[in-house]
Amino acid sequence: MARLEGSIILNHSAIRHSRPGLRPLPRLNDRRSRLLFTALAFSAFTALLLIMLFLFFEGIGLFAKPLENGGQVGLGDFILGSLWYPGYDPPEFGILPLITATLSVTLLSAIISVPLGLGTALYLSAVAGAKIRELAKPVIELLAALPSVVLGFVGMMVIAPLMQQWWDVPSGLNMLNAAIMLALMAIPTIASIAEDALNSVPRDLPEASYALGATPLQTLLKVKFASALPGISAGVILGLTRAMGETMVVLMCAGGAAQLSINPLEAVRPMTSAIAAEMGETAVGSSHYHALFAIGISLFIMTLAFNILAGYIARRYVQKGGI
Amino acid sequence: MIGYSLKARQQRTIAVFALFRLAAVITGCALVGIITFLLIKGIGVISWDFLTSFPQDSMVKGGIFPAIVGTFYLTTGAMLIALPLGLATAVYLSEYARPGRITSVIRLGVVNLAGVPSVIFGLFGLAFFVSRLGLGVSIVSGAFTLALIILPTIISAAEQALKQVPLAYREASYALGASQWQTIFRVLLPAAAPGIITGSILALARAAGETAPIMYTAATFYMLHLPSSIFDPVMALPYHIYKLASVGTHEALEPIQYGACLVLIGLVLGLSLAAIILRAKLRRNKTW
Repeated sequence: MARLEGSIILNHSAIRHSRPGLRPLPRLNDRRSRLLFTALAFSAFTALLLIMLFLFFEGIGLFAKPLENGGQVGLGDFILGSLWYPGYDPPEFGILPLITATLSVTLLSAIISVPLGLGTALYLSAVAGAKIRELAKPVIELLAALPSVVLGFVGMMVIAPLMQQWWDVPSGLNMLNAAIMLALMAIPTIASIAEDALNSVPRDLPEASYALGATPLQTLLKVKFASALPGISAGVILGLTRAMGETMVVLMCAGGAAQLSINPLEAVRPMTSAIAAEMGETAVGSSHYHALFAIGISLFIMTLAFNILAGYIARRYVQKGGI
Repeated sequence: MIGYSLKARQQRTIAVFALFRLAAVITGCALVGIITFLLIKGIGVISWDFLTSFPQDSMVKGGIFPAIVGTFYLTTGAMLIALPLGLATAVYLSEYARPGRITSVIRLGVVNLAGVPSVIFGLFGLAFFVSRLGLGVSIVSGAFTLALIILPTIISAAEQALKQVPLAYREASYALGASQWQTIFRVLLPAAAPGIITGSILALARAAGETAPIMYTAATFYMLHLPSSIFDPVMALPYHIYKLASVGTHEALEPIQYGACLVLIGLVLGLSLAAIILRAKLRRNKTW
């Protein structure tokens, strides 16, 4: 059956302008069903709103209510304080070590995942034969589907002992371990988005490049990669955001020490693992409880900012031209 | 040395392309390596008994049956909640939406919900479902929390599937006098069903593998018997693996740890593979 790109009859200008959009004549039935679907469609937005509200109201309690021992926590103490000892008396609620842990683990995993992910995408897009490409797509999707708790388990059972053996560290549960496993989670995202971006480059650009005598490599790097850069950047940022928000891998592999450190062989405690580890041992309504929600707010803001950035880059730098 | 002769450029092409191949090989080996490793270490313990019996002797012996059942309950519950909501949203976005503020707000909600880290869903689930609504640590709380996580996935997949149904289907239906509602339910959804099913299977696989959202909303480490109502807590595979792992490396525990991992991977990868194969088959059999 031939596919009509848009209907000739219903898209005839006379009809279109009198009733824009392909819609049937309105009936009462349709008005009610429209209302129903619109209401249900707000579910995602409502959920998001509720999440933000609860995070905010529970988290604000850290600053609004006095602590159990009478002290008070200010926003500056919270964000810039370098001691995270919620169990101490008096407790310390500085999340700077947690923030730096999240950022350094994400950065370290990016150093591993971006080259591997982009390399894989470039390989699939330009070097691999059709058969390999068909096989690779499912393989990448399967890698993306691996549950994070299993990757965390592998990090604990395989990478940690190996590190202890090879490099003589007291514990193999550290920043590097977590970064490696996080990279394994980010690579499929980066590779598949980058490959899609590379394949969406309009055909005439590489053809023009070849016509001017460029080698496949030059064409790949200077033409295809360059013009797909917005999509590729969005993919990279999305992969990093995934690593930043990941909980189980860092919980099981990064060690548990909330310390300010840039040594990859030391244990760190990123924000996600702090929340997950400590949620079980806090009483509802205590200042520690509110502190965990305050961490949640910070994490939410960070990942939201990254997601918005990715979306902005993808939309703003759209490649013009092409067939 | 940077050479600009054709030969130099061609040599560089070969070298760099080999680098790219290396990257892909490393990635591929990582996946294969992990699965093979888990397979080797865990296959020994997989048996009918393991899959259908309760843990005994503080987890050192016995099986993981309640965890499998729990995962099943949680994912089914999540789908029961997320699928109708997701389909309705997708139908709205595909059939009813007009460019304007309402649609932008809805899309904003979907896209941003998809980017929220899973531990935040867990926090929200704890504060809202468990505490505020008083549902306690239960299947219900866990299912609702998981539903929120997979909602964006289902919405994207369903909207994609609906968009691919040709315009002609709608035209024919309206031409025969059907209302929008009738067209949606009798023509469009059935036509988009294969794509929707594929997306749902992938969402199911995701829900099965998530740990952080259920840690404090539904999961428990050990239950004497299966949950008797949806307000009971439940064991779950991912949480079980996490707890087994945090106990440490105990000689006798090791096979069970690996076995549980294998079962979870088997479940998740099996579902994902099924969805991938289904999608490939549908692409080939498309009649439009």
